[in-house]
Amino acid sequence: MNDAVRHSPGLWALAWRRLRADRVAMVALAIVALYLVSLLLSATGVIARHWDAEVGVSYAPPSFLGAETAAQRDAPRIKVPPAPPAENPRDPLGPLLKRLRAERAAGQGGIDYYGIQDPLAGDITKLRAKLRAEPDAGVAKKRATLPFGADKWGHDIVQKTIKGSETSIVVGLTAAFLATLLGTLFGAISGYYGGWVDDCFNWFYSVFTSVPYLLLILAVAAVLHQKGVLTIVLILGLTGWTGVYRLIRAEYLKHKQREYVLAADAIGASHASRMFRHIFPNVSHVALVQLSILTVAFIKSEVILSFLGFGVPVGVASWGSMLNEAQNELILGKWWQLVAATTAMAVLVTAFSVFTDALRDALDPKLK
Amino acid sequence: METKPLLAVRDLRVSFRVDRRQPGFEAVKGVSFDIPENSTVALVGESGSGKSVTSLAILGLLPPENATVLPGSRILYGGRDLVGLAQDELRELRGRDISMIFQEPMSSLNPVFTVGYQIAEVLRLHLKLSPRRAQARVLELLDEVGIPDPLAKSRAHPFQLSGGQQQRVMIAMAIACNPRLLIADEPTTALDVTIQKQILELLAALQDRHRMSVLFISHDLAVVGEIADRVVVMRSGEIREQGTTDAVFRNPQDAYTRALLQCRPPLEHRPQRLAVIDDFMGSDKPPGAPGERARGLAGNEPIILEVRGLGKSFYSRQGLFGQREFKAVQDVSFKLARGKTLGVVGESGSGKTTVGLTLMRLHQATAGVALFEGRDLLAMPNAEFKAYKRRIQIIFQNPYASLNPRFTVGQILTEPLAIHGIGANDAERGALVRELLARVELPEASYHRYPHEFSGGQRQRIAIARCLTMKPDILICDESVSALDVSVQAQVLNLLQDLQDQFGLSYIFISHDLAVVKYMSDQVMVMNQGEVVEFANSDDIYLRPQHPYTRKLLAAVPRADHRIRAA
Repeated sequence: MNDAVRHSPGLWALAWRRLRADRVAMVALAIVALYLVSLLLSATGVIARHWDAEVGVSYAPPSFLGAETAAQRDAPRIKVPPAPPAENPRDPLGPLLKRLRAERAAGQGGIDYYGIQDPLAGDITKLRAKLRAEPDAGVAKKRATLPFGADKWGHDIVQKTIKGSETSIVVGLTAAFLATLLGTLFGAISGYYGGWVDDCFNWFYSVFTSVPYLLLILAVAAVLHQKGVLTIVLILGLTGWTGVYRLIRAEYLKHKQREYVLAADAIGASHASRMFRHIFPNVSHVALVQLSILTVAFIKSEVILSFLGFGVPVGVASWGSMLNEAQNELILGKWWQLVAATTAMAVLVTAFSVFTDALRDALDPKLK
Repeated sequence: METKPLLAVRDLRVSFRVDRRQPGFEAVKGVSFDIPENSTVALVGESGSGKSVTSLAILGLLPPENATVLPGSRILYGGRDLVGLAQDELRELRGRDISMIFQEPMSSLNPVFTVGYQIAEVLRLHLKLSPRRAQARVLELLDEVGIPDPLAKSRAHPFQLSGGQQQRVMIAMAIACNPRLLIADEPTTALDVTIQKQILELLAALQDRHRMSVLFISHDLAVVGEIADRVVVMRSGEIREQGTTDAVFRNPQDAYTRALLQCRPPLEHRPQRLAVIDDFMGSDKPPGAPGERARGLAGNEPIILEVRGLGKSFYSRQGLFGQREFKAVQDVSFKLARGKTLGVVGESGSGKTTVGLTLMRLHQATAGVALFEGRDLLAMPNAEFKAYKRRIQIIFQNPYASLNPRFTVGQILTEPLAIHGIGANDAERGALVRELLARVELPEASYHRYPHEFSGGQRQRIAIARCLTMKPDILICDESVSALDVSVQAQVLNLLQDLQDQFGLSYIFISHDLAVVKYMSDQVMVMNQGEVVEFANSDDIYLRPQHPYTRKLLAAVPRADHRIRAA
């Protein structure tokens, strides 16, 4: 190649070269990429479009466990003592209860409809008779087992997890992006100008951080008063900028006195140019690493919010809502939804963290 | 009389590995020299010569993860080979038999412990002294290295001491166990000349009194000439020449040694151009252009900048509403003649850098006027000053810090053109930039490269080119050659001189280095603690210094022919 036009490897090319040398980071990157691909495919409807179809029986177990037998399904979970409790001789209602029991045993009594005729009684009787004759007519055959089981409504857990990861990752990424954007902007202005501007931002920051985090989230949630993905993004983004702000501000305080910034001032570069064209590329690794750390944190926060009932609305799958359902299922011994959501989350969060760590090392200008 | 040397280095080879897939880089390539008993040996070389690596190898302090001492290397000390020695045996040796002083005293002392504690620690570890006896010895040591009021100072933390005192404490720590070999790695480079002189005298006295040997590592031949008995000149991992100090300085055999001796601007006279390494290496023509350059003002030169009563104070908060004023610069007045150079010289804290930054309005002046074409630069509003920024430019000290690492050289040089609307379009600006690159003797291919791919001298050329893009009238050089190697320094000084001759630039040349200031300046302003103590033509200052401070400064300049002690 002609030497005169040979471009030197830029910062990103160098960082990429260093990243590629790190095998663990590349595996982590592959895992993250896999999640992103699945996110794209599910968002465009290629996969998991019919996640809310009720394809299995309620709580269908995973295929590798085999279908539940009828006996298992019908067996009462809790043994109810068959005998009524012994009578209390001092019970003032004793005689009344005794009379009612006797009536029920004789087949009388029951519900009194006060003489109103049920207008649908005829139809219902006909339908019941028809169903008795051919039980499966009109209903798709529900599968007794699914690859990783089904939830209460018979949704396929695998598809639900894929759809749920779409929500969770989108929430995590956009909220982290919003928070980093706010934090970087505030931090840059505050650190660069210093003086009373810095004081104002610092007061604002102190007020924000003095409120307990969860309370702040719940307060914003209550004010926005609307359930939805956008609301969660706003809640997390508007509360999460504080850490980024602090770090970026410190970096700007440090960098604005560096000679290259003084040199830029000396040649007449404007404030905005110095702030974002000169300094920002030199502190961008901080923002980038914060972005990925926040993404991980916000995916977890979404789970917590949904678990507390401030999360995504009913009818939208997310890891958080799955975990929220799992608390009831676990009592019934249906563990698969819990395992699916936590595994998907743990793998992504771990991979993302490992990748972030490697990225910070690769981007740090000091290590050049 | 030939005795067995205290330490003998034989065929030392050290290889560094940057990362796993690249082959190792040999930083020291087969170095052999002796350190005789009771003498000072100096290792001299520019950056990258392998002098520090050699000293670290002797102490076994090379980072094991990427440095390897290649087989065949031997470091013989007291009948033992230090190369193969186990780590705990080496640790036993370090501090007791061989000790070391580093360049930066502030970063070599632990900031959270008192000075006395840190010295006592050495005594307790190596000599197993009881706390009481260690304390007594600490006071003795501090007294010996010339620290006033040892008892009070032993209870002080490092930040409460001045740079010179910190280095004295480091020395006290190093000689605490009466070592037989003291390795001093650039011990005076971070210090002012007057302090440097004191430290050199102290080292010489201690060496004599304790009958120890000193391995003195430095880039500065003049300093070495003052203190060393033997000199070893190194370049890119090889020894170019070694011998007694007299032999090396009087009759250098190697071309590189001759070059190093000639590159420094001499105090006695002023050649047209400074000799550079290339004049000696691989060319036969006699070095340097003939003739002397005349300096100084006659008094009738046109004045381009007039500064009257310049002052700058910094305020630190004290209490809730109180402020404490620190006067960094007070009542500085001078006139700068067109096409001439004003040298500003002083030690750290003298306010010389603040003068430059205040004139550029990088600091806001608290008093005074700076008249440029009849307008006061310090009083005009920012928007108006922007037009004047083109006319006054500054070159900073550290070429590694003053270029934005994320910009290519092309971007760095095009930016000021775009800001000031010089050149009609990008193509025209590109052509201008390429022209300037050629002017500062950088290859055209530099255009698309990033600063980290260049050496210090090349980066300083880039910084100079950035200033030249705006065709300024006044160029402020703030310690612009202080961070450069001697040979590179000469090249940059020659370039600055050529530019002045060609474009008629006026320089304000700020430096702590009296030889450089003397060489470059027509007039010299000597500053001390924010005030001008003497202001006169350059030759007058050097030949007939009036103020005692100026005399003290001049006396402290290291000269190879001034031995601190009798050989």
